[in-house]
Amino acid sequence: MQGGDYVCAAARRVVGAFVVPLIRLAGIERVFHLGDSTVHALDRLDIGIEAGEYVAIMGPSGSGKSTLLNLLGLLDRPDVGSYHLEGRDVTTLSPDEQAAVRSRRIGFVFQSFHLVPRLTAAENIALPMMLAGIPAAERTSRVAQALKDFGLDQRSDHRPDQLSGGQRQRVAIARATIMQPAVLLADEPTGNLDRATGDDVIHLLEVLNATGVTLIIVTHDQKLGARARRQLVMEDGRLKHDSARDGALPVA
Amino acid sequence: MRTADVLRFARDAAGGYPLRTGLSVLAMAIGVAAVVVLTALGDGARRYVVDQFSALGSNLVIVLPGRSATGGFSPANALTTTPRDLTVDDAFALTRLPSVRRVAPLAAGNSEINANGRLREVVVAGTAAPYVDIRSFKMAQGRFLPEADWNRGAPVAVIGSKIQEEIFGSQPAVGELIRLGDRRVRVIGVLKAVGQGLGMNTDEVVFVPVSLAQSMFNTNTLFRVLIEARSRDDIEAVKREVTAQLKARHGNEEDVTVITQDAVLATFDKLLRALTAAVAGIAAISLAVAGILVMNVMLVAVTQRTAEIGLLKALGARGATIRDAFMAEAAMLSLFGAFTGYGLGLFGAFVLRQMYPVFPAYPPDWAVIAALGTALGTGMLFGIMPARRAARLDPVQALMKH
Ligand SMILES: Nc1ncnc2c1ncn2[C@@H]1O[C@H](COP(=O)(O)OP(=O)(O)OP(=O)(O)O)[C@@H](O)[C@H]1O
Ligand SMILES: [Mg+2]
Repeated sequence: MQGGDYVCAAARRVVGAFVVPLIRLAGIERVFHLGDSTVHALDRLDIGIEAGEYVAIMGPSGSGKSTLLNLLGLLDRPDVGSYHLEGRDVTTLSPDEQAAVRSRRIGFVFQSFHLVPRLTAAENIALPMMLAGIPAAERTSRVAQALKDFGLDQRSDHRPDQLSGGQRQRVAIARATIMQPAVLLADEPTGNLDRATGDDVIHLLEVLNATGVTLIIVTHDQKLGARARRQLVMEDGRLKHDSARDGALPVA
Repeated sequence: MRTADVLRFARDAAGGYPLRTGLSVLAMAIGVAAVVVLTALGDGARRYVVDQFSALGSNLVIVLPGRSATGGFSPANALTTTPRDLTVDDAFALTRLPSVRRVAPLAAGNSEINANGRLREVVVAGTAAPYVDIRSFKMAQGRFLPEADWNRGAPVAVIGSKIQEEIFGSQPAVGELIRLGDRRVRVIGVLKAVGQGLGMNTDEVVFVPVSLAQSMFNTNTLFRVLIEARSRDDIEAVKREVTAQLKARHGNEEDVTVITQDAVLATFDKLLRALTAAVAGIAAISLAVAGILVMNVMLVAVTQRTAEIGLLKALGARGATIRDAFMAEAAMLSLFGAFTGYGLGLFGAFVLRQMYPVFPAYPPDWAVIAALGTALGTGMLFGIMPARRAARLDPVQALMKH
């Protein structure tokens, strides 16, 4: 399901079939105040993303990529604008309701893995289910399956410091997907990995995307970005280029 | 998040930082152990005194001159009115009361004993034959004061064991003449050593007939009248009868104070309980200090684990869940410390009992409950602030910390 929001919206209006986009940002602004100066980290952003898309967010450092991702993950709130996730305005939800949305619909993958050092690989993967109050027996069987799927069955009892970088990120991805979220948000997931390991991780994420999970990756890497079916390029908090709207990125 | 999971998570978190955890557990343990040992000491002292007091004599009722306003044991109140003398005849009249078994008058003063070329200060107690039985004293040599008219005592004396030792040494004392103030009296008996009997060391007292003591000290009044009831159940009856009898004899005026051993005991009991509570209160300060330490440890934990808190939020943890996890951790530190301290305290009390077997150093139940409760309470109380801080952390900021 490719094609820009405008096209889709028009099509919907014409056909009358109501297909809700997974993500719809309208007029989003996020302003940081640092002393006297204000930084428009996100500036009048309108973006629509359909379920199952594979999107790369690119742009120079400080252009607002991470801010956007945090906002999409409900870790941050916009100062202005609305954010509809699966047709529901999530900016007006209470903190607890937002936590529930994060728990069930959103998975995070971080550049620095963010595994809990005292917990084993299996326990780290089980963490979101534990927080969601899923019974221990179900957790055990789902974690066992995930360990197998991600090639970690020999590492279930290892702590993060006993794992390689690639293994750590695989544990993190297993953790991000264990609740079967609708969206996977990854902020430079290969930033701390060497090329080959990074490619493995990206491949893993792409396989997950192929099973229907919407994948949004922030990356500096042009080659990685080019693998995505849609590229968003940010600059100074604004959307400078959207491949769905403006066509493929001109090769620099 | 399920309660069992919260607890397991908190336990693992505490276990992940052994030094930090160990220190706060230790502080809490020392606080609780201090309360347990100190209250064991205080309560041991109370039991010790109560036991000693019970050994004074059983079923004892004491009459003192002067009306106490409250009827309780209070020398200050005894002086509120100018009392009529409590005389030997008053005391003798009490011997005929139905619930009374024995009566002994007591007049006392300080004097000098001079015998065998030695001189020393002594307490002279004027009394009568029944005294030895009321107090359950035993004779080492000779016999106690003879049965005789209380108003016409013979010039005889019974001396305490320490007086015997200091004046006569190994020589026989019975039958010797001694000077007591300006009187010459003959020693007819020596008491067995009994040791300290609350205020007056009986081993250093010279007993003479009450009339002799009164004339030595030029007084008509008695210092005390000691009465032994026929049984424990008769104590209240004795009190009533004695009060009524003396009121009748004193022109219908209640100008004496009748106290029972139970009342005196109750006073001491109350006093020492208050002392124990005060000591416990002081020891509890160390618990508050331990609570503050737990708070600091938890604040450090929140700082150390900021990134983890951010992660938990990203993974869908609610603020309340994070707060509960940190509260549970603080509670565990306190709880574990409290029980360790309880064990240490019991051991300390055990060591005390081994070292001083006469001293029943057991911590009272209330102190144990209060110490454990306070430990848990302060731990939780001081855990609230760090836990709230953790729950309120901004996830984006928290995730950036590393
Ligand atoms: N908490 C904050 N307080 C103040 N300014 C902030 C804060 N977070 C981000 N900014 C500012 O907002 C802008 C966008 O930051 P953001 O982290 O989104 O950039 P980015 O595109 O992810 O950069 P990079 O590629 O270096 O990670 C930057 O100018 C940054 O300084
Ligand atoms: Mg960034």
